[in-house]
Amino acid sequence: MTIASLIDSPSELTDTASSKSAIVLMTRIRLARNLAGQPFPGWAKPAQREKILEDCRAAIAAVPAMKRGLMVGVDELGDLEKRILVERHLISRELSGAKRGSGVVISRDQAISVMINEEDHLRIQVLRAGFQLKKAWASIDDLDTCLEESLDFAFSPTLGYLTACPTNLGTAMRASAMMHLPALVIANQMEKVVRAVNQLGMVVRGLFGEGSDASGSIFQISNQTTLGESEEEILKRLSSVLQSIIEHELNARAKLIEADSGKLFDKIGRAYGILQNSHLVTSNEAMNLLSLLRLGVDLGVFPDAHRSVIDRLFIEAQPGHLQHAQKGEFEPNQRDLLRAARLRSEFANFAHPDFTLPAHGNN
Amino acid sequence: MANPLKCDLCTKPATVHLTQIVNNKVHKVDLCEECAKEKGVTDPSGFSLADLLLKASLNPEPAGGGMRCEQCGFTPSDFKKQGRFGCPACYDVFRTLLDPILEGMHKGTAHAGKVPSKALERKSLHDRLAQLEVDLSTAVKAERYEDAARCRDEINRVREAAGQKASAKP
Repeated sequence: MTIASLIDSPSELTDTASSKSAIVLMTRIRLARNLAGQPFPGWAKPAQREKILEDCRAAIAAVPAMKRGLMVGVDELGDLEKRILVERHLISRELSGAKRGSGVVISRDQAISVMINEEDHLRIQVLRAGFQLKKAWASIDDLDTCLEESLDFAFSPTLGYLTACPTNLGTAMRASAMMHLPALVIANQMEKVVRAVNQLGMVVRGLFGEGSDASGSIFQISNQTTLGESEEEILKRLSSVLQSIIEHELNARAKLIEADSGKLFDKIGRAYGILQNSHLVTSNEAMNLLSLLRLGVDLGVFPDAHRSVIDRLFIEAQPGHLQHAQKGEFEPNQRDLLRAARLRSEFANFAHPDFTLPAHGNN
Repeated sequence: MANPLKCDLCTKPATVHLTQIVNNKVHKVDLCEECAKEKGVTDPSGFSLADLLLKASLNPEPAGGGMRCEQCGFTPSDFKKQGRFGCPACYDVFRTLLDPILEGMHKGTAHAGKVPSKALERKSLHDRLAQLEVDLSTAVKAERYEDAARCRDEINRVREAAGQKASAKP
């Protein structure tokens, strides 16, 4: 598979959105693994990095799940390609800035990506649309066991999997869910939620991870600690935190409708109007408008089938994807023009909002 | 601003204040802008790392002054600079420096999750064979031929068992 064909095929995230993913858009688990007896990527010499890259690639290529996937070195990727992979959550920002001797292997369906020589020798990641912690774990556990056939991982009976940074020791697992929480944002309750979630040992971040803002009311919630609990325990804890955030979001939605449905419908209706008619839309504004329409779908204002269009645009309205679709380099305000044009055409045939049956929202 | 907070690392006024809750324990750190930048605290990923780095820095050279990882040449001051270790063996070498940090960082201090059992089995087999080879050559040198024969049989047995396991794989 080539990078071009990968970019032109739909990703796990953009293709399978259904009502199951109403609030949790995507589940993601990553495992950090390192080779025994080898310096970590940040400390390894260039020749050692190359050797590690080669060994890891050979092991990954032998795994059935990765057959006919994309295997590419970071230095072979253009800036735009890297940007698109970051926007699809297939590589990290850190990897996209990495030196020679780093690479990534991505499965054909774009559900699995294995980064080589990022912060650790291997960063294995599995993505699943919707709330799928158990399935994602089963899949990544299998993959990891397969890799273990041919790779000797650095492991200590007391400290678990040894990672470059001690914050990842133990299971070296980070599990996260990407959640759409518009009602909690509108009701100004997110700060409270973040604080409560932090107390439970979980971290809240924006859409693109560390340091990114929460445009589109999309947040990533993940476990903070990795040592002292089994993978299953961590996932169980995360799952119950996610469950309770979902409940809070649903309550906040019910309250918004009860207190002032006119105000909420006005927001959704206006977002619809802007998406259909505007000529300049920034990436951030697009995210927020799309978020309101997605809330509209959840509430039954728009048909359920339209959710996938919105989820696809969450990704495709990002600068890298937009630039790729338009084939060329663009100034930011040209991009805003192009983005608006794209959104107008996507929403030209979008169902007209029906504000009469919101009580039957499928939530 | 009668009594502005001072940076925990130098004496300049602190402008960056970090509070983090781990296991219901509150950790607070105050830094000046320069130190914060240097320690990567402004990057939210440095969150618990900040705490860790500071703890290491606040006790200047805690017994670790002359420590060095034989495997990769890493030293405690490299850790302060990078916030990451050099290689897996560093965890053994710098264990005394690490232990106090781990407590506040994680839920526990002992691994309770998945174990790479295949890799460990491979390693123990490898270690066992290496030991037997050593025993064999010492026995031969000392002309203890009965012991040598026993070692050779044992080596064959271990190899055979390993081979069977390998060929049993799909």
